[in-house]
Amino acid sequence: MTTIAAARMEWIKLRSLRSTWWTLAVTVAGTVGIGLAVGLNSKDAAADLTNNALAGVVPGLLLTGVLGVLTMTSEYSSGTIRATLAVVPRRGVVLAAKAAVFGVVTLIVGEVAAFTAFLAAATTVRHGITAPALSDPGVLRAVMLSGAAFCLIGLLGLGLGAIIRHSAAAVGVLVAGVYVVVQVIGFFAHSAAAYMPILILENSLSTTRPVTCGASCPDFLSAWAGLGMLSLYAVIALVAGGWLLARRDA
Amino acid sequence: MIEAQNLTRRYGRTVAVDSLSFDVRPGSVTGFLGPNGSGKSTTMRLILGLDRPDAGQVRVGGRRYRELRWPLREVGAMLEAKAFHPGRSARSHLAALAAGNAIPRTRVDEVLDLVGLTSAAGRRAGKFSLGMGQRLGVAAALLGDPAVLLLDEPVNGLDPEGVRWIRNLLTSLAAQGRTVFVSSHLISEMALTAERLVVIGRGRLLANTTVAELSAGAASLEAAFFRLTGDSVEYAAKETTS
Repeated sequence: MTTIAAARMEWIKLRSLRSTWWTLAVTVAGTVGIGLAVGLNSKDAAADLTNNALAGVVPGLLLTGVLGVLTMTSEYSSGTIRATLAVVPRRGVVLAAKAAVFGVVTLIVGEVAAFTAFLAAATTVRHGITAPALSDPGVLRAVMLSGAAFCLIGLLGLGLGAIIRHSAAAVGVLVAGVYVVVQVIGFFAHSAAAYMPILILENSLSTTRPVTCGASCPDFLSAWAGLGMLSLYAVIALVAGGWLLARRDA
Repeated sequence: MIEAQNLTRRYGRTVAVDSLSFDVRPGSVTGFLGPNGSGKSTTMRLILGLDRPDAGQVRVGGRRYRELRWPLREVGAMLEAKAFHPGRSARSHLAALAAGNAIPRTRVDEVLDLVGLTSAAGRRAGKFSLGMGQRLGVAAALLGDPAVLLLDEPVNGLDPEGVRWIRNLLTSLAAQGRTVFVSSHLISEMALTAERLVVIGRGRLLANTTVAELSAGAASLEAAFFRLTGDSVEYAAKETTS
């Protein structure tokens, strides 16, 4: 009962900020816009059009990730966290309720973005290319798992927000972890590259067929292993954030 | 009823609250007085479980705050003037808190009306004046119709009309049989509002008495307060924490 009430509180808090809806709207619009551009400009019939149609997921993730960070850190910067903890003194419940509400919202929005981006590309392809269909092998899986990535990176951001508590620092760590580290890893530790969030998205989740580029590529994770890896990152951040939240003064 | 027993809290090498024991009883306004940095806010935070004590404990209505199932229905608190998100409306802020403790939605409009914020309830709270922010804080504290109320410096930054409003509100809440615990560094204000006093300095209890008793032996309550806290002020000036 108390957990359900805590989730209702978090839902009201999330939906009552205009910035939530603006961020989610831009996430969908950006992802779909890129899908549309891919559809209109595709000329290579041999390419994985589904993977290309989902290219907008990469920048889109940044928005749900940052929204996740801010969902937590704005409570600290505004002082709302003390009101929140006065309502729900069991701190693990607070973070669990936040994660559940935020996770469901970003999963729905992420799936809408991914499916709409795919359909935008599939319905606008020209140049005699055959449009991919959701019933084609691996396509439905690629679109669904890409949509789920919005939710998982969002939850990673939420966990980082709980760990770090300051907006700018937490956003910095998120961007570094998701977008920057991969550049460095790519040079120095080739086999680890397969575990980087962005490469998991591009080469494991959003592909309809295994990515191979010879000796210059690491062995990428399968789609489901990639999903598990991203989930693990989110879980680690949330568990660490919850542990710290319960331990620290508010 | 608030019962603190040997409450102790250190921050690094500074002892903010030092073996503090006191009871706050229902039915009257109890002022919580002390110089700046004497540990009033820390004590309030310990009561609400926001900070953990290093030793001792504090109970509200016989239980620790963290053990309360629906805390807002038993304890209402206003610790800082602006504990709300600037982008959220007053109504949404209160609706969220109410939902978190299964308090009926209709209660939100009741408390908004009670603090005189009904017409501003839909506006972003970030645009509120300090006085309106304080009123929103009081509304949040009253949301669960609690038997115990904690207010940290509620008259800070209020205009005379606002000060009188808080004063009347606190006395009427106490007259309804509630426990009302109000911290302040304004002695004159406490002389007007409070019946009982808990006085601390350097985190230690200096007096737990009535306003009448404390001022009896001195020219005024203010004179009695300075006599009581003289030592701690000097100390606080050198090693103040907050």
